[in-house]
Amino acid sequence: MRFGHFARAAGNAFKGLGLALALCAVPQVAAAAAPAPVAASAAPAAAAPAEKAATPAVAAPAVTVAPVPAIDPNDPHFKVAPGGYTPMKPTAGKGMPIAGAIDVQHQYSPNGQTAVGLHNWLVWVMVVITVFVLGLLLIVIFRFNSRANPVPSKTSHNTLLEIVWTAVPVLILVVIAVPSLRLLAKQYTPAPEKAVTVKATGNQWFWTYSYPDNGGIEVISNMLNAQDAEKNGEPEQLAVDNRMVVPVGEPIRLQATGADVIHSFAVPSLWFKIDAVPGRINERVMTITEPGVYYGQCSELCGARHGYMPIAIEALPRDKFNAWVIAQGGKIDGAPAAPPAAAPAAAASASAAPAAETSAAAKPAA
Amino acid sequence: MATTADQFQAHDDHGHAHHDADHKPAFFARWFMSTNHKDIGTLYLIFAIFAGIIGGGISGIMRLELAHPGIQYLGAIATWMDGKPAEMNDALHLWNVLITAHGLIMVFFLVMPAIIGGFGNWFVPLMIGAPDMAFPRMNNVSFWLTVAGFCSLMTSAFMPGDATGNGAGIGWTAYAPLSTYGSNGPATDFAIFSLHLAGAGSIMGAINFITTIFNMRAPGMTLHKMPLFVWSVLVTAFLLLLALPVLAAAITMLITDRNFGTTFFDASGGGDPVLYQHLFWFFGHPEVYIMILPAFGIVSQIVSTFSKKPVFGYLGMAYAMVAIGVVGFIVWAHHMYTTGLSLNTKMYFTAATMVIAVPTGIKIFSWIATMWGGSIEFKSPMVWAIGFIFLFVLGGVTGVYLANGGIDDVVHDTYFVVAHFHYVLSLGAVTGLFAGFYYWFPKMSGRMHSEFLAHVHFWIFFVGVNLIFFPQHFLGLQGMPRRYPDYAPAYEHWNTLSSWGYAVMGVSMIVWFINIIYSFTMGKKAEGNYWGEGATTLEWTLSSPPPFHQFETLPVIDDKDHH
Ligand code: HEM
Ligand SMILES: [Cu+2]
Ligand SMILES: [Cu+2]
Repeated sequence: MRFGHFARAAGNAFKGLGLALALCAVPQVAAAAAPAPVAASAAPAAAAPAEKAATPAVAAPAVTVAPVPAIDPNDPHFKVAPGGYTPMKPTAGKGMPIAGAIDVQHQYSPNGQTAVGLHNWLVWVMVVITVFVLGLLLIVIFRFNSRANPVPSKTSHNTLLEIVWTAVPVLILVVIAVPSLRLLAKQYTPAPEKAVTVKATGNQWFWTYSYPDNGGIEVISNMLNAQDAEKNGEPEQLAVDNRMVVPVGEPIRLQATGADVIHSFAVPSLWFKIDAVPGRINERVMTITEPGVYYGQCSELCGARHGYMPIAIEALPRDKFNAWVIAQGGKIDGAPAAPPAAAPAAAASASAAPAAETSAAAKPAA
Repeated sequence: MATTADQFQAHDDHGHAHHDADHKPAFFARWFMSTNHKDIGTLYLIFAIFAGIIGGGISGIMRLELAHPGIQYLGAIATWMDGKPAEMNDALHLWNVLITAHGLIMVFFLVMPAIIGGFGNWFVPLMIGAPDMAFPRMNNVSFWLTVAGFCSLMTSAFMPGDATGNGAGIGWTAYAPLSTYGSNGPATDFAIFSLHLAGAGSIMGAINFITTIFNMRAPGMTLHKMPLFVWSVLVTAFLLLLALPVLAAAITMLITDRNFGTTFFDASGGGDPVLYQHLFWFFGHPEVYIMILPAFGIVSQIVSTFSKKPVFGYLGMAYAMVAIGVVGFIVWAHHMYTTGLSLNTKMYFTAATMVIAVPTGIKIFSWIATMWGGSIEFKSPMVWAIGFIFLFVLGGVTGVYLANGGIDDVVHDTYFVVAHFHYVLSLGAVTGLFAGFYYWFPKMSGRMHSEFLAHVHFWIFFVGVNLIFFPQHFLGLQGMPRRYPDYAPAYEHWNTLSSWGYAVMGVSMIVWFINIIYSFTMGKKAEGNYWGEGATTLEWTLSSPPPFHQFETLPVIDDKDHH
């Protein structure tokens, strides 16, 4: 039976694919030993303490600062831009969709830039395969119609051909899989210990952003109506009243959760999307390479106004971000807590029981 | 049962005096208590066309609303449906009701009933030389459960949904907790129950097909001689049998979470909303193959018939479907890349999903190889089948793109996904349905359709659906999320084009209806084998339409290798 050959060849090809995938998966897995998502199966209401307990080493700032509370006044991390905070004007076409465009949005994150490379290559693969099949169809249509070829052949097997069209796709897939799995590993690299944490909570139908490292600031973000958006020079349907402000160029530990139903925190120009699931915290690192305003939209059906809870991120240089934090009544991450007397006490308890205690201590500062 | 002929029924003289092959019950008994596989197949087809008109009409409303930014029509429709002036949230809720109804109708009440219930019932027994299905009465129950399911879904649209108006706005995926404490009214219960009913019908249908195919093949018709359409239905029936109970369990848990205080999918009671998604997609991914495999089977028959050649690599084709069926069960979480899967899980599902491309490629290349060297006649079914191959390849390559977990982060839940699944379903499965329709319509009705109109139908449809769905790739890449009734002005450009495409597609449907009317009023009588030498399966040995009871004496399949 010729099918036997074919099956054996296919079997070997599959084995090859498996081996290749395994080979390229092993180092990736090793590189990303610490799995990023932090799941806390607790009720939304009860989530606050539990989630903190599960967050790996958010305690960093308080703990490191503990012994020497003095701030180096020249440390750019603590510089505060004069003049407070005024919302930035978005740049047309940056961090937002462009009318009539046919490709992905321009990327402003390192992960996005890597992903675009793979995306471009995949688009070529898709185009080439489609054109190849279309070409074959056209050849068949013109060469083997009943006028051009009145007597049909009787061929119904060709073992070599069958092996080729099994093995070649396998090879193409392996070539796709290697960079694809590498990209995944990159996306799952956890944020460094000192990264600023922003927690995005999806609500029906708005987002809240809280900054546990910045004295627990909380930002409630609602969509602007068309008139207000236009007045601000912002795109309709995407503009919000209070943006999620973050420092540019620094990795941010973004955590998402849902307060009621599932939402999804998505920003196309940062190649970023993570579901906000009630009772669970999903975490990914987000790094923005340029100052600017980046828009996104809720991307999981969450009820009537699902289309009306956009996301707007404003990435600012550190000193301006600090000015924003202070304007919100928060504290700069890493700085000792406001009344100097309280700091050692909080720090002491923090080093005794790192995660949970620290966040408990941070809360009242808000 | 009287045996009057020792040959095929088709070779019988039709005017036979005391032949009971054509003894038909009276109208009510025939159509409402039917046990005849051909009548039940016809009922399924009529039902699917009816449901398809409703589901397709709903998509027309959606495309109309999406043609331009802003909310233009939903308010008025919501006012009509709720019977009171609609507020903004009512209008927006209506959008979710529409996408839910459209998705559920198209999947459960158009494609599945037409392709499995309709063509499967009609042609599986004919192709294997069986007199009927194994369990005729259960066959009838399957059909009426499907109808009951449809009624339940339609009822739900007019029931209180939640604070924001009538109907269930949970999406066809019915994710918890939006479908549990997120939607309080009975509308959601009715929508969920409609899936119970349709699912039970499909499970019975699957049992029926498996039993029929394993036990009722004519002498000599070994498994490896079965036409590929029968193979495709066999694999599909196994997928149904294994996948649907999982769906039934998941949605039963939704019902108990909603009504009886359980917390399967509620984290505050120790449950997990993501568990629902695992269960749903464990069914949902095989479901997409349930919709497409029979279309593969139809296309295989047609390509071979009109190339006047046996199918190239028959066994490879059959086992490629088996492979797709098996692998289809272990790739489900590619629909859940953004839910917070661990890195290893995401890597596994990326790799496993890509593996499916291999047997799918085998199918595509084997169809082309079947045509290669053939003497192809471009009759309407063949044109539709070639259209299918092209459109399915387009939908398939974007599937390989989406398989990459790291890439999916940007396109998941955007219009790119809408474009992808409509290329494989709305363009793929539906094109396969039309191919099958023109291939077999004269066999079923006894009247020839107009080949000219069938070609016109194809070309207008082909242009229309590509206009609708190709630009949606661009929208998705630019980030337009799905399930949105309104969008940023930047997305208007391609949305407007897409909506015009709907108008073109709509014209093609009118051509189709005219063709049906033409064939019933003016169509020529169809011969037994109206496609000629290339049509070699058993249904072509019978008259058109076949006698009410065929194969009272079983045909014997000779030993010579057909392949
Ligand atoms: C050519 C006619 C069709 C048009 C114009 C059309 C249009 C649409 C539109 C506008 C949506 C909503 C997208 C969104 O807002 O996310 C949608 C969703 C959908 N369509 Fe279609 N569609 C068509 C045919 C079909 C067919 C034949 C099928 C299935 C076999 C199908 C299956 C679905 C599904 C499953 C959804 C998702 C529903 C959900 O989000 O829950 N459609 N379609
Ligand atoms: Cu949403
Ligand atoms: Cu799938």
